Amino acid sequence: MKLTIPEEEIMGHGHLACQGCGGALAMRYTLKTLGRNTVLSVPACCWSVIDGPFPHSAVNIPVFHTAFEAAASTASGIKAGFEIQGKDVNVVAWAGDGGTYDIGIQALSGAAERNDDILYICYDNEAYMNTGVQRSGSTPLKAWTTTTPVAHPKDRPKKDLISIMAAHRMPYIATASVAYPEDLTEKLEKAKSIKGTRFLLIFSPCPPGWRADPKNTVKLARLAVETKVFNLLEIENGLDWRITKKIRKPKPVIEYLKLQGRFRHLTEDDVSLIQENVEKEWNILMNKVGE
Amino acid sequence: MPEKTEKQIVFDKVKDTPPLAVSLYTMDYNKTGSWRNVRPVIDYEKCTGCMTCWKFCPEPAIDAEKYEEDGKEKYKPVIDYEYCKGCGICWVECPVEGAIYTEEEGE
Repeated sequence: MKLTIPEEEIMGHGHLACQGCGGALAMRYTLKTLGRNTVLSVPACCWSVIDGPFPHSAVNIPVFHTAFEAAASTASGIKAGFEIQGKDVNVVAWAGDGGTYDIGIQALSGAAERNDDILYICYDNEAYMNTGVQRSGSTPLKAWTTTTPVAHPKDRPKKDLISIMAAHRMPYIATASVAYPEDLTEKLEKAKSIKGTRFLLIFSPCPPGWRADPKNTVKLARLAVETKVFNLLEIENGLDWRITKKIRKPKPVIEYLKLQGRFRHLTEDDVSLIQENVEKEWNILMNKVGE
Repeated sequence: MPEKTEKQIVFDKVKDTPPLAVSLYTMDYNKTGSWRNVRPVIDYEKCTGCMTCWKFCPEPAIDAEKYEEDGKEKYKPVIDYEYCKGCGICWVECPVEGAIYTEEEGE
């Protein structure tokens, strides 16, 4: 049988990710596709720890550790430096959801507006996992985190970052999941070939933060797509929306929720509220896709 | 870039550190196999070589070993127990029943 994703391993073993880390899996696929001609700009996020203590590094390519809000602006600066030197290098800003949805959004918005030639990748684990599971703009409705305890679970839905990025009319935006590596590598190849700011959101489950079993990481990432909680799509020039993974028979959202301890406190009403919300978001998305 | 090494670098004094924060060595010194509670084992009699386990290993602690059979190039997954953290993703994702089974560590 043939391998369906590139064979070369650029990310090395021995890194400090937890067992079954979705973020580590996302990095592995990304480096496999982009190759060694890549530079990373990493703000404060899980990956600033996973990479290892100085002077060690698990990724075998140059990494620039930067401040929490500056992933996109650092990447813009690195790219400008390479352009002056006449080098063609993939410059990637690699941030978590805290550094993208909340703290890093002004730098990302600025880079997208200037259309700097960078690839911004957000690995979305739906809270500030590195500092101990605090709520972020990406945390879903009714989820438990240490700052939204069971008595007061999150009362706001997940921020629709993809629509915010689409409003910038940037060349390429895509969402991907670690459970579909072929789809992810295809989108990365496409993003690599386009000039201008490109944005990729990778859904990466976090077993300790979601209070889930490490063995279910890929299963959860797949169930999120099959229940329409997270949709795989791509957008060209901010206007041309396209669903890349069509789900013919969506599963009920409870199948995704019941595998996670962060949703253990949910009542039946809460589950139907989440199901309604998923349907509503799906209809909004369908209007944009035009189907 | 630095060659693959299992050396761990520790600076005793501040003046020993390089003037620029550059990564010099890989993380290979960190044998994460000691984190494991449950050990996945591949039953090569049942394994079809689909490489799904290799595809989903986040370490990566499963190597894709190339070999030739009947003039065709084939792959075989080999678990690297020095680095396998025992998350069990390969065990859940394996499409062939019983091709990967788990053992309690230390048995």
